[in-house]
Amino acid sequence: MSALGFLGWAIVAAQVMLGLAMCCATFRLATGPRAQDRILGLDTLYVTAMLMLVTFGIRTGSTLYFEAALVIGLLGFVSTVALAKFLMRGEVIE
Amino acid sequence: MTALGDLPAWAAFLVAFCVLLGAAVTLIGSIGLLRLSNFYARVHAPTLGATLGMVSILLGSAFYFTMLEGRPVVHEILIAVFVTLTTPVTLMLLARAALYRDRTEGSTEVPASEVVEDLIPPGQERPKERMP
Repeated sequence: MSALGFLGWAIVAAQVMLGLAMCCATFRLATGPRAQDRILGLDTLYVTAMLMLVTFGIRTGSTLYFEAALVIGLLGFVSTVALAKFLMRGEVIE
Repeated sequence: MTALGDLPAWAAFLVAFCVLLGAAVTLIGSIGLLRLSNFYARVHAPTLGATLGMVSILLGSAFYFTMLEGRPVVHEILIAVFVTLTTPVTLMLLARAALYRDRTEGSTEVPASEVVEDLIPPGQERPKERMP
């Protein structure tokens, strides 16, 4: 097996692992006993999806996916902060 | 399907190792999120993926594009710096919110809040108990 073929299979295996990680986060998002567990699952889902996009960028050799990953990182931060603020105070903007 | 460019064999193996390591660490963190028992234990698990998993995958990506284009490509550092700066902030906010909610409900599993007047200012010693 050539080195590039090995790299292709390694990226597919990494994507499968990241997909399983997203499934775990989605399960916690759906069934978390309390609201803070659901927000934690959403935050994990954001980070894992960002890593998944980076592996897609390696697989296709285009830097377009990098920008999508950057946007997901920014939006994940803002959404988690807003949801945590909502849990704390009952409203986001006071 | 795949459009992997021309890479020397050692570079391909290095990228594959970095990406596999990062994905495995992220998966372990997510399994921890699924299996740990209460919220304050669970909040630690996904940080495995947000630190080592993220750094490892981004290193693999940066090295791959550097070898592919023949010039240093380091824009992955943007994501790494941003995630490293924001993850502690979000998780601290979330943990404080959860603590506040538990205290408001009168849960006995979290430590009670401290009264500010009982705290000792820095540089002072605890006053001795005075007999009346």
